[in-house]
Amino acid sequence: MAGGIKKFVVGSFDDEAVLFPAVKSVRKQGYKIHDVYTPFPVHGLDHAMGLRETSLHSAGFIYAITGTTTALSFMSWVFTKDWPLNIGGKPHFALPAWIPITFELTVLFSAVGMVLTFCYLCQLSPFVKKHHFHPRATDDLFVMAIECTDKTNDAEVQSFLEKAGAKEINVQHAETGWWIGRYDREQKLYKEVKDINQ
Amino acid sequence: MSLLKYESQQREPLVDGNKNYHQVTEDIISPIEMKPSRLWYIGFYISVGLLLFGAYSVYREVTYGIGQWNLNKTIGWGWDITNFVWWVGIGHAGTLISAILLLFRQGWRTGVNRAAEAMTIFAVMCAGQFPIWHMGRVWMAFFVLPYPNSRGPLWVNFNSPLLWDVFAISTYFTVSLLFWYSGLLPDLATVRDRAKTKLRKMLYGVASFGWTGSTKHWQRHESLSLVLAGLSTPLVLSVHTIVSFDFATSVVPGWHTTIFPPYFVAGAIFSGFAMVQTLLIVVRKVMGLQDYITLGHIEAMNKVIVLTGSIVGCAYLTELFIAWYGQNPYEWYAFSQNRANIFSPYGWSYWLMMFCNVVSPQLFWSRKLRRNITVTFFMSIVVNIGMWYERFVIIVTSIYRDFLPSSWSTYYSPSIWEIGFYLGTFGLFFTCFFLFAKYFPVIAVAEIKSILKTSGENYKVKMTDIEKADAEKFYVEEVEHAH
Repeated sequence: MAGGIKKFVVGSFDDEAVLFPAVKSVRKQGYKIHDVYTPFPVHGLDHAMGLRETSLHSAGFIYAITGTTTALSFMSWVFTKDWPLNIGGKPHFALPAWIPITFELTVLFSAVGMVLTFCYLCQLSPFVKKHHFHPRATDDLFVMAIECTDKTNDAEVQSFLEKAGAKEINVQHAETGWWIGRYDREQKLYKEVKDINQ
Repeated sequence: MSLLKYESQQREPLVDGNKNYHQVTEDIISPIEMKPSRLWYIGFYISVGLLLFGAYSVYREVTYGIGQWNLNKTIGWGWDITNFVWWVGIGHAGTLISAILLLFRQGWRTGVNRAAEAMTIFAVMCAGQFPIWHMGRVWMAFFVLPYPNSRGPLWVNFNSPLLWDVFAISTYFTVSLLFWYSGLLPDLATVRDRAKTKLRKMLYGVASFGWTGSTKHWQRHESLSLVLAGLSTPLVLSVHTIVSFDFATSVVPGWHTTIFPPYFVAGAIFSGFAMVQTLLIVVRKVMGLQDYITLGHIEAMNKVIVLTGSIVGCAYLTELFIAWYGQNPYEWYAFSQNRANIFSPYGWSYWLMMFCNVVSPQLFWSRKLRRNITVTFFMSIVVNIGMWYERFVIIVTSIYRDFLPSSWSTYYSPSIWEIGFYLGTFGLFFTCFFLFAKYFPVIAVAEIKSILKTSGENYKVKMTDIEKADAEKFYVEEVEHAH
């Protein structure tokens, strides 16, 4: 799904301790941080970037109660309406005996639902390809992409990032969405401007 | 997840050596980029051989019927259900490490969780084989599912513990798989971005779902992991509870006890940790991961073994006491004659179980032995033998003597095809594990990186000086500031 091709100034940091103040000063300066790509979850970075809390867990709760009601209503319908079985003369509506299955389905619905929602929200799927600003963002670099508008002065942003402690800086034109593609094939929907002095 | 900004110097480092982020990637990922060693091939082919023997044993059982096994009139459950419970139990340690220790904020889980979770998935796959093939007419296996059918529709019995088991095991497998794979995504992306060959780029590209490492994605990923951990914790307890219900809700002397759920869960964690030790001691040595799976990790797991082993021992004694105190002659007979009487046909198995599960883990009260690799490896095997015998004792000694003495069975020993089936699941388990160790990062790379600066040896050493110089000042500046 195309999100459109935009221009970014990309700065790579090699230490999260440098990254944090950099994020703060970049925001203070009024530049728009498109995203920061990190090799592991950096605690508190989401707050520093001003991202709102995720509500994925609320979705998980909704899936969970869906599982609970599905299990309970289905078993009740089967054993009291559709085909009441006499099991040792015990009540047809055998709630205590249904607790295990109700619990299992609660967990199952919640887990499956949450993982699917997670994949949907983050656009994760096999054969999905996205633009990666730096191949070492999954290894040891913290990569900050700043979105440029018509008014942004690239050179200014670059020197700003350099002062903030970025080790590598470049300008890239990148597709912000995802597309169907394979990682062994070069297939870019944008052109890259590598050199800082260009 | 670096949840603590500061970790006490009293704690030993979780990552040894002078590491930085790139070094961590290099250490964990480079083994899967190299050609496998000769040892790997030998192990892999032995496992595949066992798997094939298992497949042939199952083929015999399916074509000629359950008569291929030595089950008899009163022993309807023998090795098959023993093995089922044993394998399910082994799976529990993986979930305990990945979920319960996550909730308890135990940093050391990061070194072992990935392999332990993989072990869970493979163990549950092995466990599932036994009840399925034990059905005999396995082509009818789908009858256990509640689906609208042309027989009425006649539904399954939702009040039966055996059906609860169907739901519990399948949910457990699904949730464990999702938890494991969602944790793997970022690490598979790391492998993808390092890949040199086209094939690797393509396969890991597909497998990593286009993971970028975006902060928003990490935030959701953290939330997902936490909630999945919260769901898995009661789930893992429920699974072995439900397995124990298969026995506890019956009226068979020796099975009809309320202590079974906690006792089964403790036993499951006990045997699971033993299996984690067996696997990881080999993995760390063969793949050179001693810096990540340290003696400290092994010691921590041995502590869990001595704890759960003692809980299990306590349960054995409680069970014995209650059998006597309860004054039910059948119950007492099952315990005093079928089990504790060493001269009875299966008395040996009861005392073997007692020795392996209750006496031997007590060695781990000694710190020196807890930190000894050879002792740990040997003990992990002893514990798993003991836990297998626990299930064997529970099943066989309770049913080989019926209420009616005329139906007391002759001595039950397994047929070659029953043994073959069990060996086959070992084949399945190790084939999967060998493939996992070859193609997946066996340690959670991203999670290790997240604890590196608090628990890495080189970082801790740096902290020591600052801390010693001015403890007071250090607290105010470093700790207060961090919060």
